Amino acid sequence: MKYDRILIRYGELSTKGKNRKKFVDKLRNSIADALSSFSGIKIDGQRDRMYVVLNGNEADAVVHSLKNIFGIQSFSPAIKVERDLEVLKDAALELVTSIYKDGNTFKVSARRSDKTFSLDTNELNHFFGSHILKNIPGIKVDVKNPDITLQVEVRSEAVYLSSENFAGAGGLPTGASGKAVLMLSGGLDSPVAGYLSMKRGLELEGVHFFSPPFTSERAKQKVVDIGNVLASMNGKFVLHIVPFTEIQQLIHKQIPENYTMTATRRLMLRITDEIRRRQEALAIITGESVGQVASQTLESMYAINAVTSTPIIRPLVTSDKGDIVDIAKQIGTYDISIRPYEDCCTVFVPASPKTKPKKEKVEFYESFVDFEPMIKEAVDKVETIVLTGKQENNSLMDSLF
Amino acid sequence: MIYLDNSATTKPFPEVIESYTAVAANYFGNPSSIHRLGMEAEKLLMQARAQIAAILEVKPSEIYFTSGGTEGNNMALKGASSFYKTRGKHIITTRIEHDSIKRVMEQLEQDGFTITYLPVDEQGFVAVDDIKKHIQNDTILVSIMHVNNETGAIQEIAAIGELLKQYPKILFHVDGVQAVGKTPFSFKDHHIDLYTMSAHKFHGLKGNGILYAKEGLLLSPLLAGGGQERNMRSGTENVAGAVSTAKALRMQMENYKMHFSKMQELNKFIRKQLESMDRTIVHSPVQSVPHIINFSAEGIKAEVLIHALEEKGIFISTTSACSSKINTVSKTLLAMGVPEHIAESSFRISLAYENNKKELEEAMTVLKETIHWLRGVMNK
Repeated sequence: MKYDRILIRYGELSTKGKNRKKFVDKLRNSIADALSSFSGIKIDGQRDRMYVVLNGNEADAVVHSLKNIFGIQSFSPAIKVERDLEVLKDAALELVTSIYKDGNTFKVSARRSDKTFSLDTNELNHFFGSHILKNIPGIKVDVKNPDITLQVEVRSEAVYLSSENFAGAGGLPTGASGKAVLMLSGGLDSPVAGYLSMKRGLELEGVHFFSPPFTSERAKQKVVDIGNVLASMNGKFVLHIVPFTEIQQLIHKQIPENYTMTATRRLMLRITDEIRRRQEALAIITGESVGQVASQTLESMYAINAVTSTPIIRPLVTSDKGDIVDIAKQIGTYDISIRPYEDCCTVFVPASPKTKPKKEKVEFYESFVDFEPMIKEAVDKVETIVLTGKQENNSLMDSLF
Repeated sequence: MIYLDNSATTKPFPEVIESYTAVAANYFGNPSSIHRLGMEAEKLLMQARAQIAAILEVKPSEIYFTSGGTEGNNMALKGASSFYKTRGKHIITTRIEHDSIKRVMEQLEQDGFTITYLPVDEQGFVAVDDIKKHIQNDTILVSIMHVNNETGAIQEIAAIGELLKQYPKILFHVDGVQAVGKTPFSFKDHHIDLYTMSAHKFHGLKGNGILYAKEGLLLSPLLAGGGQERNMRSGTENVAGAVSTAKALRMQMENYKMHFSKMQELNKFIRKQLESMDRTIVHSPVQSVPHIINFSAEGIKAEVLIHALEEKGIFISTTSACSSKINTVSKTLLAMGVPEHIAESSFRISLAYENNKKELEEAMTVLKETIHWLRGVMNK
């Protein structure tokens, strides 16, 4: 018995009223991207559900590719059958027979969205159940905890038979909520903040500050690898690498030591905001969590945030470290984040950064230098990489594999 | 030359050798060095690990590079039994394992472990029920080979995994050295905790292997030192070896997808030829990989036939290559109940995806003639 399609159920999409079509189109694009390597697949996006028509592709491989796509509530490999009871009976039996192992129990779970169909739900359950009981020797019914659940869904155009429900990634389709930039350090938190934002339908571009030789090439590689993990969730991730060495050195020279951290964060934010403006995004996302480190106290956030009125979204603001780690492990960024490379050079980390900096003070210290041209220069010299979720390599290295 | 001893070793793919030399010459940095050369080497190592993990559908953190099958088996058995010995000291294995399992088990016996060696039936299969029968409260490990190196028999790994799933405290190790790219399997679906692979059995280079160890599993390392391979196996990483292994695995899997049915045809052809011969018995069961055909030619001195064929440019083998220097009778065949005088005259033809019908036709013709001639000379 070969499944001929995969039935996709929307989650929150169905509450979106007049914008629903836009959301469905976004989801269709995400799915088309994720399945681009399969040939002959057709995606049929309807108002209240979507079908991926397999055209001979293996359902298992497609199922695997659908698991990480945001905006899907759940999905099931299914068979489309004409609304003829005789044909249905045989198809259902064939489906159950193909997955039946000795000693398995089953139940039928019928739904009728088309109320004009000749049998109602109870009659449907009975009709299919008795046919299967008669024709598979040894099979028993267990309505509480069955090994096999035959799902029968009667709709106006056809009947769909399926036996498995896979949970989707939830959330909203990529891009449905607009675009934001994510400050990516290479630590544990920012990738998780990125993932949660993407899950809510935001399209993200990453910003990373790179200060060679004070931070190593490997720290940059970490961020590239994290970017690839995020890219694998929706097909693409644009990463902006900002040359930050000169600004860091100037801060170090100009600003009293216990305020360097505050000033550094303020400048990072100004640069990120400029990149956001150029990339036509509307918000900045960070992995900050209240009280985690000196720069993430409320006083620090207040002093740092003062450089911009752009919304700063902090998905982890009230999360505990343990919960963040759990998500990092689940999405596959944990192992990358814990690689032991300095991403903020120890040379520049003050022995005791101010945990309660004053906005007026940091502004006063910064006022002796005109950072504006340096910010512009840094943004002009940004290196932009488009990651696709596959290990990026030069072709020279690729030939080795 | 017609090489039909691919279970002893395979001829490396030329592309694999090219990769090896390119990496060894151009990316010679130590992956632990913090400068660019080190980083390039580390990047290659990570990519090799990622590619292998992707092919095997596991996580990169579950892949460990070793020096081959023997080390992988030692690392898995000694590492797991030493780490988990407080759970119990009983291990289950079979009578037909490769020496790199068998000898380790003997060492573990010296260390106070109790080992149960399960018998096999006439076809060479371990009964799943038999494993169940021998599970005790203090059983910590079950080690079963995936494909037998002498007969090609494929053990019921999926069913054994299914059984062991009910015993979360028992680790399941599978020696998969002869199975890679020859039979379908899945670490995840078969509940395998540890799986041993060796590169030179799939056209990679000798001295390279892979051990899969399920996430969260801890092993006491055989080699302590600089903490490479996440502390599981110290020693400066063999980057060129790892890259070439990743390439060999990719190519082997592609061949498996493309040419497996051809291989089944070749297997049918050889079996048919052997079955048509006088006083010849095929030992490989139906449920075996098509690459391996084990047979006996009654009354023929094994070594004499090997050398006679060798003179005509045809290479086959007697029993397991690693112990064939010592004149031992195949323990797998004996365990299957094959009488000793028949087991003594047993041979193994083992194929690779590059073998073709034409050379096999020639090989079988020569084999028939040679056996006929030897029987005449020896009056057998």
